[in-house]
Amino acid sequence: MRKPEYHVTRSESLIFERSRPGRRAYSLPPLDVPETALEQLIEKRFLRSGPIEGMPELSEVDVVRHYTRLSRWNYAVDLGLYPLGSCTMKYNPKLNEKVARFDGFINHHPYTPEELSQGSLQVIKWLEELLCEITGMKAGTLIPAAGAHGELTGLMLIRACLQSRGNPRKKVLIPDSAHGTNPASATVCGYGVQTIRSNERGLVDVEALRRAMTDEVAALMLTNPNTLGLFEEEIEEIVRIVHDAGGLVYMDGANFNAFLGIARPGDMGIDVIHLNLHKTFSTPHGGGGPGAGPVFVGETLEPFLPVPRLVRTTEGTVRLDFDRPQTIGRIRAFYGNFGVLVRALCYILTLGADGLREVAEAAVVNANYIAHHLKDTYDIPYPGGIMHEVIFSDKWQRPYGVRNVDIAKRLIDYGFHPPTMSFPLIVPGALMVEPTDTECREELDLFIEAMKAIARECRENPDLVRHAPHTTRIGRLDEVTAARKPVLRWRPAEPTSGAEQSR
Amino acid sequence: MRYIPNSAEERAQMVREIGLSDVSDLFRPIPEKFRLREPLRLPPAQAESDVLALFRRLAAENASAGEMTLFLGAGAYHHFIPSLIDALISRAEFYTSYTPYQPEISQGTLQAIFEYQTLICQITGMDVASAALYDGSTALAEAVLMAERLTDRRHVILAATVHPEYRQVVQTYTKTLGFDLTLADYDRETGCLDPTSVRPTPDTAAVVVQSPNFFGGIEDVETLAERAHDVGALLIVVVTEPISLGLLRPPGSCGADIVVGEGQSFGVPLSFGGPYLGLLATREKFVRQMPGRIVGQAFDHQGRRGFVLTLATREQFIRREKATSNICTSQELCALMAAIYLCTLGPQGLREVAFQNLQKAAYLSRRIARLPGFSLRFRHSFFNEFVVRTNRPVNQVLRRLQQEKILGGLALGQFYPELGDCFLVCVTETIPREELDRYVAVLEQETSSS
Repeated sequence: MRKPEYHVTRSESLIFERSRPGRRAYSLPPLDVPETALEQLIEKRFLRSGPIEGMPELSEVDVVRHYTRLSRWNYAVDLGLYPLGSCTMKYNPKLNEKVARFDGFINHHPYTPEELSQGSLQVIKWLEELLCEITGMKAGTLIPAAGAHGELTGLMLIRACLQSRGNPRKKVLIPDSAHGTNPASATVCGYGVQTIRSNERGLVDVEALRRAMTDEVAALMLTNPNTLGLFEEEIEEIVRIVHDAGGLVYMDGANFNAFLGIARPGDMGIDVIHLNLHKTFSTPHGGGGPGAGPVFVGETLEPFLPVPRLVRTTEGTVRLDFDRPQTIGRIRAFYGNFGVLVRALCYILTLGADGLREVAEAAVVNANYIAHHLKDTYDIPYPGGIMHEVIFSDKWQRPYGVRNVDIAKRLIDYGFHPPTMSFPLIVPGALMVEPTDTECREELDLFIEAMKAIARECRENPDLVRHAPHTTRIGRLDEVTAARKPVLRWRPAEPTSGAEQSR
Repeated sequence: MRYIPNSAEERAQMVREIGLSDVSDLFRPIPEKFRLREPLRLPPAQAESDVLALFRRLAAENASAGEMTLFLGAGAYHHFIPSLIDALISRAEFYTSYTPYQPEISQGTLQAIFEYQTLICQITGMDVASAALYDGSTALAEAVLMAERLTDRRHVILAATVHPEYRQVVQTYTKTLGFDLTLADYDRETGCLDPTSVRPTPDTAAVVVQSPNFFGGIEDVETLAERAHDVGALLIVVVTEPISLGLLRPPGSCGADIVVGEGQSFGVPLSFGGPYLGLLATREKFVRQMPGRIVGQAFDHQGRRGFVLTLATREQFIRREKATSNICTSQELCALMAAIYLCTLGPQGLREVAFQNLQKAAYLSRRIARLPGFSLRFRHSFFNEFVVRTNRPVNQVLRRLQQEKILGGLALGQFYPELGDCFLVCVTETIPREELDRYVAVLEQETSSS
């Protein structure tokens, strides 16, 4: 007897393998203008010889079932806790989605004249103003399309500013507890990178910073709270050291949800900061984007912000301003990921000042709650002053031959997405847990229980943990071979292998 | 607050359990002097119904494609979007998931991206594609940086017919790195590049050309590729309107080394300029210098096929300061939309949509060209955009159309001072013939009213 091959527990073939000649999923109205022979309109040498080879032919039902089945193989915030430290996966309100899909927004062309675009321009300007108040900065740009794009933009601003003073300088200082994109952004901006080590408490070693701070240093790029989940307590001194030597302070605000409404980076003397709207302001991550990484600056860097800037006129309308002689120029076509901006504004207006403060409080309480209940089960290398995320290590489990990645994979069997493991680089075997504000106590308790159960398994049956996950449709995939002999696309002739290939 | 499940009392209880007396104890690491004493000056929290009403009002202040007929293109195109796309990407398992770092529970996103990469290769005629960059303009900047890494040269020739905003982005990205950018001017008669006037040297990393170009014209990509390759330079082809690839020869078969483009036309709404989708595809041998994420096929211990993020050593994870690009979050949900769009249309549908765009644009252009005081500015084959020259003030013509609820085109003077008497018109499959005829009728009135 043949079983249905597309049952959710079975493999879904590639869309190309489902293709059947002659099927169609689209409909178009008939062409209603007189038709001209193709070759009269376009020279033959510029035309394709026939339809595109290998593109699938499907019915609408084929398409819908394929993607619906695929969706069921994803973990998602709407299914449960997603404790990806520093990546910050919190609940994405449905209201935001509805608002972002209003016809006036999604069918709005970016070259519509200003006077007919006031709705969208007001959204952007308003969000910019609210985020200035929230960060304590003077001005900003909402154009950067992601956090890392914001980093690059912020560093370009620093370079342009220093250049205007006569010397762009050569390098950027980055603590070893920084986000992974920081050094890459500095490099793309033409700067060398020098690492500043952390002290025994996991904070920037202020003396090491003082020694490193020369007139070759353009900026310090500080993630705060850092990837250890710790707030840089000596921020005032850190800023003073950098400024005294003529450098500027860049703050990676990816972890800003930790002190939203509690304190403001601008008040601490930060020169430039980027925010990740998808992290702090609840816009969905979509399996890896789109995000938005707006950048905010103090007085010094304002003239260099990218064009176009949005300006309020005396009549209260908003116009686009391109006349900025010192601008770094354009960093993306049009005005950024507008649809993401709508969602973030919607979130802020729904919460208000008290709500934002509560977000930070709830996030920090939740992280400390997990830390408190697991501190005797897993090693916490930097236990002082945990904010929104807590970093465990696999130190106590390693003697049983179990590593952080095994613990993470075993968590999948308990129904959770694993924590972040790539950061921080200074913690070997890190498990970086960020529960966020939108998890309830029962979910945290379940997670804590799962982590305790895994610790027990590490002692009693380490093999069980080492070979996890056991409950997923596929087991651990051979990533080494995948990278050595990359297969990055389907090809019609490619012979498929594997036991479960259907048809 | 309804997004925070734990009540204030529950939180207080948790704080006590941790061994603290008050939640403010948790914020002690933040120096006292920086802690806010007053709440932020923000509008008070609003009820869901009020928020909906507020945004409805804001959205209504825009002239959207819902109420105006849109003849605007220039890098953002109003195409019909099949209903199933929003239904599928609205599945929370897609839009509320993160970057697929854990393949065992992210196969949905990973397989969809693998299929997306394949589709982009098929329509561009290239070997490998990355899993989406921010948008077309930044994808071009990344491609230029990629060409530098591949050739170790820093001179780049940019066609003047590449989208002006894209050129500005390239300028911003390369300014600090000491690149030398040269502009290749277009032929004033044809509106396209004259390949013989493009003269790459042994210092040239890449020649960048857009086709269909900013004026809608189809460039002689093949000849330009030959000229670039003669001196060891790469040819980067930009496509801002990829629907054209349903009819036109793919850049891959014309000798392109890197193809970048804007994928918005594939089922992504206009959305006032974003989120959009940066396409990037290249030849197999260049894959290790390709920016952005890549998904590859892998097998588990039982031989079952799955997909993983691969070749990540190029990225920030390892050798961070040597990373080829700093891209982390990109546009995967938009890539998913594009994949669903392309699967829905299939080879026949993509060809048909392209055919309708071409035919309708040709029809409108013919009718406009017959009007006194209006003519087509350039003599070239075009896809769905063309440049109209008028003997009356461009803004007056566009305002007149606007009064009739028609967004008639983009005034070109802002980007090309020499084309101050011209505007760019775009026609897609979404515009019925009556609207094309009405457009012509308004222009006719405009000519007879003087």
